[in-house]
Amino acid sequence: MEKHKNGFPVTHVLGFIMSLVLTFGALGVALKTSLPFTTIIWIIGSLAIIQAALQLYMFMHMNEGEDGTANTINVISGFLVAVVAVAGSIWVMSFGM
Amino acid sequence: MDINWHDLFIVGNPLILGSQIAILLSVIGIVALLTYLKRWKWLWREWLTTVDHKKIGIMYILAGVLMFFRGGVDGLMMKAQTSRPEMNFLDAQHYNEVFTTHGVIMILFAAMPLLIGIMNYVIPLQIGARDVAFPQLNALSFWLFFSGAMLFNISFVIGGSPDAGWAAYFPLAGKEFTPGIGNNYYAVAIQIAGIGTLISGINFIVTILKMRAKGMTLMKMPMFTWTSFIASVIIVSAFPIFTVALALMTLDRIFGTHFFTLSGGGMDMMWVNLFWLWGHPEVYIVVLPAFGMFSEVIATFSRKMLFGYKSMVFSVVGIALLSMLVWVHHFFTMGAGPAVNSVFSITTMMIAIPTGVKMFNWLFTMRKGRIEFSTAMLWALAFIPCFLIGGITGVMLAMSAADYQYHNTLFLVAHFHYTLIPGVVFAVFAGLYYWWPKMFGHMLNEKLGKIHFWLFTIGFNVTFMPMFFLGLDGAVRRSYTYSAESGFAPLFLVSAIGAVILALGFATFCYNIYWSARYADRNISNDPWNARTLEWATASPAPFYNFAKVPEVKTLDAFWYMKKHNEGLTLSDDEIKEIHMPSNSGLPFYMGIIFGITGFLLVFEWKLAALVAAVGIIIGLIIRSFDYNDGFHVTVDEIKETEKSWRSSDGKGVKNHVG
Repeated sequence: MEKHKNGFPVTHVLGFIMSLVLTFGALGVALKTSLPFTTIIWIIGSLAIIQAALQLYMFMHMNEGEDGTANTINVISGFLVAVVAVAGSIWVMSFGM
Repeated sequence: MDINWHDLFIVGNPLILGSQIAILLSVIGIVALLTYLKRWKWLWREWLTTVDHKKIGIMYILAGVLMFFRGGVDGLMMKAQTSRPEMNFLDAQHYNEVFTTHGVIMILFAAMPLLIGIMNYVIPLQIGARDVAFPQLNALSFWLFFSGAMLFNISFVIGGSPDAGWAAYFPLAGKEFTPGIGNNYYAVAIQIAGIGTLISGINFIVTILKMRAKGMTLMKMPMFTWTSFIASVIIVSAFPIFTVALALMTLDRIFGTHFFTLSGGGMDMMWVNLFWLWGHPEVYIVVLPAFGMFSEVIATFSRKMLFGYKSMVFSVVGIALLSMLVWVHHFFTMGAGPAVNSVFSITTMMIAIPTGVKMFNWLFTMRKGRIEFSTAMLWALAFIPCFLIGGITGVMLAMSAADYQYHNTLFLVAHFHYTLIPGVVFAVFAGLYYWWPKMFGHMLNEKLGKIHFWLFTIGFNVTFMPMFFLGLDGAVRRSYTYSAESGFAPLFLVSAIGAVILALGFATFCYNIYWSARYADRNISNDPWNARTLEWATASPAPFYNFAKVPEVKTLDAFWYMKKHNEGLTLSDDEIKEIHMPSNSGLPFYMGIIFGITGFLLVFEWKLAALVAAVGIIIGLIIRSFDYNDGFHVTVDEIKETEKSWRSSDGKGVKNHVG
């Protein structure tokens, strides 16, 4: 809330620009390069995750307010559980390949 | 929809016929007794519709003790069957059903409610709150658990019990190999109880984070509150995985999908993977609150502050993290390859580190303490060596190469009984002896308690110690019989004798409950053990509003500090203010019943009828969303009256403790 008093919403504009860069970056990699298919998927997947984190942080006010720390911990722990369950299962069920 | 009445009631087995008659007679007996004593209204008003965390806790404990009895009888039947080679007490099918229900009931319907029950009673009192964060949701948790437990329990008289082991591995648990409806009970009943547990987990997280008394920072919370909090976090992390796995199982069994089947591109081992992704954290869900109880009991009866509080907290958090990363050790023999098995071997062994830290903390808490050998303390003392045996054999099993030898033998069975019985059952007994005066206003008899303790610990060791050696000799688990030539007979017989001693111990406990309820001294203080935490600052049993004035916390072991500095023990009339409390509600009870009916119909695969019953669930949700009842206020006069009845008249605060 206090950041609004400064007049100019720096984080919002910065977040907006970075979101645009990441989106067009992904678009560029997908359309304008001739990389192998798997590489493209990996790159745009990573860009998507970075952008999701960025938006949670800059637009969704994840770490602001009285529950800021709790929200951050929740998102991180939720993410960890999801990674363990999904990536872990894939790794185990493909017999470590 | 064709109803096959032949399948509905299990006939032709004298043991089951006996149970059917016993169930019928006890239902008639209970109904008759309630009618005779004109207690129906009382039952409805005081118990079935209550949202009081203390009463819900007591109902959980009652249900847990009943289920412990049921699971115990299953265990005794198995021990009777294997007491001699080629016994003909149970046939193979019946034995399969008995070990399946024994496992499910002991973990999900005995250990869980006993722990959640004690958490329910103690946590709000320990943090100086007047109830949990969502009282009505708490009641819903209980009734869903109870509904699931009852649904699971009727399986052996109506329709047949699940018989594919407590982990219900596919493909055996699928329709192809187990066509009866028994395993539908598994899928549906656990699902219903699981929703209740998940709601409890959320409720406790919010309660502990948001409702602590003034001044109680996270690092000033009692250890039991800490471990229960972390256990709740694990519940919220792990139970949804089981919810999904059970839902997929239900779809496979009832609606003909192929998630885990052999045909149609299913992946049977995926069930095993998902089951243990939940199943291993579940082990820590039950053992962490138990560790917390031991911490409270050991600190109280050593007359010392818990040694290494911070390291205790960090090791609990560490155990919680690691608990999510070890699940593959339950199926090393799937053969996922050296990389996978090595990683999970190492994570499994790493759990021994924080657990070891806790062990040493307990030992150092006792060092130079003035130890009082009360019954509760005896359980805590016996826990340490017994659990150590369980832990060390656990490290043996954690070596994946060696596990190929131990796998599926009684060695493993002995190992997990050596962790779960000292880790959970001893803790529950310690907790019950310790908190019984707070719950009921009288203590459990110490002499009977010590008989209970010795019978139970000796019986436990005599039962399970031989199973290590049987396992090393090659006796497999879940086998209903063995030949005389195998040479297993003497150890099996010893184990069976141990089980009888164990059962005598439990019987002594039940007799102790009865004896103490009738004859125990009611004239005890609010703090009979000279304890350290806030639950002892209020009356025994605690008044329904818990605290007339919420205490202010300055240090760890807040009540101890209050006693030593004589602060905040008294209550003057002008400090009393009106207290806002939640109103009772019949809705959770209704939801339990309607979930039970829907589940029952789903078990029998009467899909249309189940769908109609499910409308009842939606109606319950709609009624709840239009419920604007904001609770009621307890008047100052009523509080004064209640407080006067237990506080000593000379204004010196709490009375002296007994003994």
